[in-house]
Amino acid sequence: MALLVDKHRPRSLDQLTYHKDLSERLRSLAQSGDFPHLLVYGPSGAGKKTRIVATLKELYGPGVEKIKIDSRVFQTTSNRKLEFNIVASVYHLEITPSDVGNYDRVVIQDLLKEVAQTQQVDSGARQKFKVVVINEADHLTRDAQAALRRTMEKYSPNLRLILLANSTANIIAPIRSRTLLVRVAAPSETEICAVLERSGKLEKWPVQRGLNERIAKESGRNLRRALLMFESVHAQNEKVTDTTPIPPPDWEALISQVAGEIMAEHTPAQILKVRAKLYDLLTHCIPPTTILKTLTFKLIPKTDDALKADVIKWSAFYEHRIRMGTKVIFHLEAFVAKYMRISEEHMMMEDF
Amino acid sequence: MASFFDLKARKEAAATNGSPSKAPPPKETLRLQPWVEKYRPKNLSDVTAQDHTITVLQRNLQSSNLPHMLFYGPPGTGKTSTVLALAKELYGPELIKTRVLELNASDERGISIVREKVKDFARMQLSNPSAAYRAQYPCPPYKIIILDEADSMTQDAQSALRRTMETYSKITRFCLICNYVTRIIDPLASRCSKFRFKSLDQGNAKKRVEDIAEKEGVKLEDGAADALIKCSEGDLRKAITFLQSAARLVGALAVKGDQEDGQDEADAMDVDVKDAKVVTVKSIEDIAGVIPDKTIEQLVKAMQPRSKGLVYEAVAKVVTDMVADGWSGTQVVSQLYQSTIYNEEIPDVKKNKITLLFSEADKRLVDGSDEHLTILDLSLKISNVLAGA
Repeated sequence: MALLVDKHRPRSLDQLTYHKDLSERLRSLAQSGDFPHLLVYGPSGAGKKTRIVATLKELYGPGVEKIKIDSRVFQTTSNRKLEFNIVASVYHLEITPSDVGNYDRVVIQDLLKEVAQTQQVDSGARQKFKVVVINEADHLTRDAQAALRRTMEKYSPNLRLILLANSTANIIAPIRSRTLLVRVAAPSETEICAVLERSGKLEKWPVQRGLNERIAKESGRNLRRALLMFESVHAQNEKVTDTTPIPPPDWEALISQVAGEIMAEHTPAQILKVRAKLYDLLTHCIPPTTILKTLTFKLIPKTDDALKADVIKWSAFYEHRIRMGTKVIFHLEAFVAKYMRISEEHMMMEDF
Repeated sequence: MASFFDLKARKEAAATNGSPSKAPPPKETLRLQPWVEKYRPKNLSDVTAQDHTITVLQRNLQSSNLPHMLFYGPPGTGKTSTVLALAKELYGPELIKTRVLELNASDERGISIVREKVKDFARMQLSNPSAAYRAQYPCPPYKIIILDEADSMTQDAQSALRRTMETYSKITRFCLICNYVTRIIDPLASRCSKFRFKSLDQGNAKKRVEDIAEKEGVKLEDGAADALIKCSEGDLRKAITFLQSAARLVGALAVKGDQEDGQDEADAMDVDVKDAKVVTVKSIEDIAGVIPDKTIEQLVKAMQPRSKGLVYEAVAKVVTDMVADGWSGTQVVSQLYQSTIYNEEIPDVKKNKITLLFSEADKRLVDGSDEHLTILDLSLKISNVLAGA
């Protein structure tokens, strides 16, 4: 049985329930026969991928849904072999170059050139060009992005690129000036409720409006998360009412615990205790940025108003450090220590 | 200005000459081309707004001797276009294939390539063009190697070029193109004559955009051209891409009603575009990803000094919404910058401090920090400065 997220994923532009004008715009682009390179950006869970798949279907018809997974081997200049997975249909390719880390340039150069230099074989195809979807484009290295520049211009008759990114900050300006930017905003809470209601109806679950609203709020306008929460609530409880608690993901529960411990006592011994939990989170592959961010937003409500700006300041500071540094745990702990320090100082001040 | 009118006349002549003689099939492929490629300048005098560089190059052209060249400047100012146009004028369509080698970052350009491919090409002896051909084009006795995006070449590869450039200078000229001249190692830079491409001024860019719009039969609303130029920040390629996308959106929507099949659709669209559809300022801002003024105002308002807890709540709410709406962090930073720095009510001393904050935030975003935290931090700090701390 598939997850709700996959089962009820809209397959065509008509079925998308929100951002109607955006769907309309994509449709008109697809039909004009003259499709530009796209850079689609927006927060996660906003439906970027879904929208793109639907657009591809509009471009090429149902053929794009027949996909196969290819495993290809690329060779770097230093003769290292790289294994790389490509999801492909007859009409399009989908790659995640950040899989191969620093060698993404090799993949981009080799693969795109190969695609660009071959013409569409299927004469019945609606478009002359092939589409390459690049996931996580904001994680591409500078080198790889530079490699894209001329390729995008030179091979434009045979090749269109769709870049998917969470933000455009890491995309170099030359790429941005060569693509059409498409912003996909996260759905609003009412829109999430509508989607939940629809899914619920398809599953023949009783509608609990209050619960849906709470899920929408909890999810932080992330539709994928909302649907997963919705499903887990229904899976864990026989009978669902408006007040059924929504179980948070276990890592989030653990982070709340950490926040609680930080608040409870401001001592070095406590830092040691917290360290074990942080390590636990890290070994379970929770991204450090997520840990820090969630921790910050769990701490904020418990913090004195005067300190809130400070906490954000240090959180942003250490988040930057995490990006630049190599050992994540240092910076996470530094943040914990810093937090204890400033709140302790603040309390001392108040005592006087 | 004379050259501009000259250019226009020439283009019109080219258009009238070209269209009847050409058969429909090439026209079809032309239609699918991005306008950026379609309207790439065909010869040197077509290049917009780089008067100084162009005069120097044209003088070089007449004496048919070129130095090694280094073109640098921000993206979209016509560096690649200039050198391609130059090559075309020098060699004409037939010789260009054998005389010009273009390498860019999409080609492998490690040290081995410089040693083999570049050296081989540089070493190659010249073929002699026929006399008739020579009458048409200058065909000077050297080849050109264009290294586009040279700033992404490794240091090693660059230093491998040093000797090559000198040894074969009799029969080969190098042209390096880059955005940041500082990334080119000194020994290379000192071997080239440098040309700086300045970012386009408003007037010239606007003229070019309007020109293209006219040729494509796209109607621009009053002020739309200005909006295009403003959004593109002196990057002509960006402006043209925006124009094309905007035109596509409004144009294609018109077709939808009377759709026929594949081939006819194109013609139908061309007619329709001419009819009524107008590119509006709003559609351009939409495409460029500009944040509506209202949203920025909300943020600015939230940052106004109040009691501490209230400021945090207000700012956090606006920022959370902004991030969820997917506005890009860099865009927020740049627009917020515009609105605070040009605000007359903020005293200069505070502006000083605020600029520092912006610089910090920008650096963090470029380093790939989390947008939500960075922008929240930036806004809170600004509000702190505003409050007078």
